[in-house]
Parts: sequence; structure tokens; C-alpha cells
Amino acid sequence: MDFLNALVALANFVIVPALAYGSQLALGALGVTLIYGILRFSNFAHGDTMAFGTMATILATWAMQSAGISFGVLPTALLALPIGIAATGLLLLGTDRLVYKFYRVKKAKPVIFVIASLGVMFVMNGIVRFIIGVDDQQFADGERFLITARDFRTMTGLEEGLAIKTTQVITVAVAIIVVAILFWFLNKTRTGKSMRAYSDNEDLALLSGINPERVVMYTWLIVGGLATIAGVLYGLDKSFKPFTYFQLLLPIFAAAIVGGLGSPVGAIAGGFVIAFAEVTITYPLKKLLGYLLPDSLAPDGLVQLLSTDYKFAVSFVILIIVLLFRPTGLFKGKSV
Amino acid sequence: MNMRAILLFTGVALLFVGTGIIQSWNVSLTILNMALISAIMALGVNMQWGYAGLFNVGIMGFVALGGLGAVLVSMPPNTEALAAGGLRIVAGLSLGAATVIGAILVFRKAGKWRGWAVAAVLFVGFFAYRAVMDPGVIAVEAVNPASSGNIGGLGLPVILAWPVGGLLAAGAAWIIGKTALGLRSDYLAIATLGIAEIVIAMLKNEDWLARGVKNVIGLPRPVPYEIDLQNSQSFIETVTEFGFDPVTASTITVKLAYAGIFAVVLIGLLWLAQAALASPWGRMMRAIRDNEVSAEAMGKDVTARHLQIFILGSAICGLAGAMMTTLDGQLTPGTYQPLRFTFLIWVMVIVGGSGNNFGSVLGGFLIWWLWVQVEPLGALLMEGITAGMADGTWLKGHLLDSVAHMRLLTMGLILLLVLRFSPRGLLPEK
Repeated sequence: MDFLNALVALANFVIVPALAYGSQLALGALGVTLIYGILRFSNFAHGDTMAFGTMATILATWAMQSAGISFGVLPTALLALPIGIAATGLLLLGTDRLVYKFYRVKKAKPVIFVIASLGVMFVMNGIVRFIIGVDDQQFADGERFLITARDFRTMTGLEEGLAIKTTQVITVAVAIIVVAILFWFLNKTRTGKSMRAYSDNEDLALLSGINPERVVMYTWLIVGGLATIAGVLYGLDKSFKPFTYFQLLLPIFAAAIVGGLGSPVGAIAGGFVIAFAEVTITYPLKKLLGYLLPDSLAPDGLVQLLSTDYKFAVSFVILIIVLLFRPTGLFKGKSV
Repeated sequence: MNMRAILLFTGVALLFVGTGIIQSWNVSLTILNMALISAIMALGVNMQWGYAGLFNVGIMGFVALGGLGAVLVSMPPNTEALAAGGLRIVAGLSLGAATVIGAILVFRKAGKWRGWAVAAVLFVGFFAYRAVMDPGVIAVEAVNPASSGNIGGLGLPVILAWPVGGLLAAGAAWIIGKTALGLRSDYLAIATLGIAEIVIAMLKNEDWLARGVKNVIGLPRPVPYEIDLQNSQSFIETVTEFGFDPVTASTITVKLAYAGIFAVVLIGLLWLAQAALASPWGRMMRAIRDNEVSAEAMGKDVTARHLQIFILGSAICGLAGAMMTTLDGQLTPGTYQPLRFTFLIWVMVIVGGSGNNFGSVLGGFLIWWLWVQVEPLGALLMEGITAGMADGTWLKGHLLDSVAHMRLLTMGLILLLVLRFSPRGLLPEK
């Protein structure tokens, strides 16, 4: 019984939240890794792209809510998602035309692109704050829980409860669908294949008649979609605050690098590695050990390895370890 | 210095004189003091970017470490807290350091199980460190939590803290540089971004060190207090002789004293940086930046040189951070924003002219002045735009509230425009 209780506690506080968080990070890291593979730079504006997409979706959600449209038990934001994606895609195509294209034509060094993306980050951040402000926004509606802790306890008769939020289930489900579509697109369609060819060997792709501007355009559109979905899922699960999205940049980069920059499978694996490490290390293990160990050995303190404020340190340490021992990441990405 | 530089510097000087005449000399000197510090930060970043092409986005972290250095050197020691938990904290920190060194030693001794051995050393070491450290931290934080609750400092003159701040930043830079240099350029950027966030998280949470978000206030000053000047008979006599109001004169004197010290540091650093740039070492650095492969073929150790200059540049940022904390008289970890302390400095370097030390200094002065003045100008602009709207409408209120975010937009646009249309900046490198 104690073992079951420990398992439920672990699932409730570590596995379920980390699965949801990992899916969000994986979607974010996929965007970073795609830009890296095709456009060959680390996009520092990605966090703020996510914030912009989420903001557009929130505005659309509010409009729908005031028009009386709802999605039943599911959050209305899911209905508003296409509008957010369209807005973000347009914004990204616009920034590409105005900012990045110039450097691409000039074949500037990657670090110049990074600095330009820094400027874009500023501007996007400014736009988001200008439109929606800096405060926390809660925009999840519909059913809050799939199973509440109390229901679970009465159902199973265990001491520990397991609560599963609707947003967590939605996050994982949406992530699976999006990743499946993305891989189908990259592997089966003509455009997807030309994207992979361009990423593998630019010159060869150009020789075989692939239009680079088309590849770049599709990349931005896909990235806009991924960033918006990742941002909205994160916002539904927690809440929307522009500054948090900027801070998400670090775990997202860490996830992309751990998996191997430029490798989509790696980005997904990296997202879950970072999420599980972060949640496990900052979670107080007292309860878990209390169930597993005999009473005489039960710990007095919280047995929290690191306080939650240091969650960035976790992604950072993993990042450093990967850079030291395997700079190409788990799934052989590029490390030029 | 050519004609262009002289003209531009005169122009910026006129901005400050104009602020002095139109607003007040107090405002102008406040901006000037922070501009001097910003110029020093820009000088440090220019070393990394302009001399060596290293992209550091963790300036905020190095600046904050400098601020921590100022607190640890200049605040009076808190003897009661030290007696309560000082020994344990010292022992805990040494244990932590020993663990890391032990892990590295085990790793160097290649063997079949070395991965597991390293993990075991780290695991045991971590729990031992927490076991020794935690009670010490609790004991220290329990002593007078309302007014101190930290270990205090060494009680030395605050000027001594400036180089110490630089050393702290240099230590952090060494750790980052060791891991991320020699890999592709983006990795350094991401690693520095991370270390900056961690330094701030540490400052906010480690209350025993510098009181965390409770802030350390009342740092000793290298210049006299205004109130002492106002009470000094000789000071009052001197200023009234020249026809000034003693209160205004005292605030201006203090600010001028700060400006004098900062200017000495800036000019010293500028002279050193120029000398270094003109020396064989500077030529080597530029050769490495312009073509790493051929520099390597000439027998230069590119990664080691990069590490060297990365540490030097970060140390200068740390020094500037310590100076800033001294000027503020307080360490407030909650106010460190990447936007203000990392990206703004980047705008200064790029706008001023990367690779040119005078350019960075010019950028520091100009952009800091703009940063301070854009807000009232933006407010004025917004009031102009909304003047025609009816009072109390939603849009008018929203637009007026959003003025604060204008800075972000302006700085981003300035960065993008300069990078695009004048990538060499106001004062290009020769």
C-alpha cells in the first residue's frame, strides 16, 4: 500500500506536471531547432514570439467569449488558436522580410543574425507589453480537472490523491498531434523534404532547384505555429506573463542543445529531459521517502534538492554538462 | 581622435549641458554619473565583442556579482551572525568546492566506472554540503532578521571593493569561458544568458549572503554625505561666497565628487584599453577575430586568447557593477533586469561603433542619456497623440499607461536600424 501511495504521489507531483511541461518545452525547442537547421542561427526572439502568439490567442479568446462562443468543457483558447497562429505567422514573415532577409542575402555571419534577433526580441517584447501589459493573465476556461485529488482518493481508497488538470491532458494530446503532423510533413511532403534537404546541404539543395525563399517562408510559418501552440499550452497550464516567456528561453535552448541543435527528434527528447530534471530536483521528496522508507529512517526536512527558484540552474547545469562532454547533443545535431 | 570623434563628443557634451540648463544641474549630473558607469561597462563588452568577436549576453550577471563584491567588502561584519553560523558556512562552502574538485580529479583518472564514480562523488558531496551548510544558513538568518540576517562584509573602504567586484565577475567568466568557448559562437551566448539568470536567482535567494530581496542598504560612501557638508561651517562659507544655496551646492558637490572618481577610472581604463589595442597583443586579437583559421595556422592558441579576453571584459563589467552599487548606496537584486543591464549595454556598443573604444564610451554616454530622456519625451508624445481624444476613454488610458514600454520598442528599433544601415556605428573602427 505504501508503495502504491508513493507511486501516486510521484505521479501527482512529478510525472504528470513534468509530462505537460516537457511537451511545452519540446514544442518550443522544435521551433528553435527548425530555425537553427534552416536559417542557421539561434533565435533569441523565440520566447517573445511565443508571448506574441499567446497574446494574439488571448485577445481572440476574449473576443469569442464576449460573443458567447465557447468550446464546451475544453478551453475556448483552443478555438482561438488558428487566429493566433495566423497573426504570429504574419509577424514572423514580416520580420523576416524587414530584418533577416537583408543579412541572408549578404551571407552575414551567424552571430550577426543572433544580434538582429536580439533587436527583434526587444521590439516584440515592446509590442506585447504595449498591447496587453505586463500583468498575469488567466485565460483558461471550461472544465478545470479531469480527476480531482478527492475523487481519486474515494475511487481507489488510497491515502494519496492524484489530480489531473484538463490543461495537462490537452497539452500532451495537442503536442502528440502537432509532432505527428510535423514529422509527416517533414518526411512525406515535397516541401518538407526540400526543407530537410536545405538543412542538410544548402548548396546541393540549391543545385537541385529548391527555391530557398520558399523554404525559408515555410519554416517561419511552421515556427510561428509551433511557438504559438507552445505558448498557449504553457499559458493555459500556468498563466500568461510576458516576462516568464522571456525566461523560458533558457530551458528551451537547453532542450534544443541537449537533443542536438537542428535535430527535431532531439528537441523533443531534450524537452522531456529538461522538464523531468527540473521538476524532480526542485520537488520536495519528503512525502515519497516517507512512504518508501521505514518510519525510523523517514526524513525530517523537506528533502528538496534545490529550491524552486533555482530551476534555471538545473537547465543550465544540464546544458554545461552536454557542452562539456557531447557538444553535438544526444542526437548528433550540428555543432559548427 | 579625428574631427568626427571630436564633433560627436562635443555634441553629447552639449546634451548634458543642455539638460543642466533646461532641467537642472542635479538631473544632468545624475545622468552623467550613471553614463560614466555605463561607458565602463560598454568598454568591457567592446573588448569581448570588438576585439575578439565574443557574444556575451550575461552582462547583467557580471554587473550583479560586482555589486555583491561591493557589499561583501564594504559593509561592517556582522559578528553575532558570524559566530552563530560563520564557521559552518565556510566549512560547507569548502566542502562544496572540494566535491567539485574531487569529481574533476576522479574524472581525470580514466577508468571503466568513472561516470558512476563521478556521480557518486557528486551525490555524496552534495548531501554532505547541504548537511553542513543548511544549519549554518539558518543560524545566520535568524540573527536580527529585520535589520540584517546576513554575514555582513569585511568593513573595508568601499573603493577597495571595486577590484574585488571585478575579481568575482572574472571568476564566473572563467567557469563559463572554460566550458563554452571553443564551441560555436551561439553556445557562449546561451551559456552567458544562463549564468546571468542564476547569479540573480542566487542574489535573490541566499539571504545569508546579501539579504536577498530584503536588499542591503546604507553602503559606506567614498565621498562625504550631503548633510555633513551642510553642517560644515567652512563649506557653507565657501559656497555662499560664490552665491550658491548651501543645500543645492552640497548635492551637486557630492555628485561632482562621484563623477570625478568615476571619470578617473574611466580614463584609466580607456588608456589601458587603447594601449592594449595598439600593442602586439591587440594586433593578435584582431587577427584572431578577422580570421581564426589563419591565426591558428600562425600558432596562436585561439581558445586560450578568447578565454583571456572574455575574463578581462567580464572583470571590467564587474568593476562597473561594484561602482554602480556604490553610487546607489544599496544592493537591490530585484531591480536587475536583463533589458537594462545586458541589452542596453549592447545597444551602446553597437551604436557607438564596435571595435572602437572611444565609440563605446560615446555610445555609453549617448544611449544612457536617451534611455533616461525617452520616457518624458514619450509621455509628451503620447499626450500629444491622445490630446484629441475624450477623457476617460479606454484607449486613451491604455495609451498613456503604455508609455513605460516605449523604451523597449525604441531601443530595439535603434539596435536594428544601426545594425542594418550603419553596422560600423557612429565611430567606426579604423
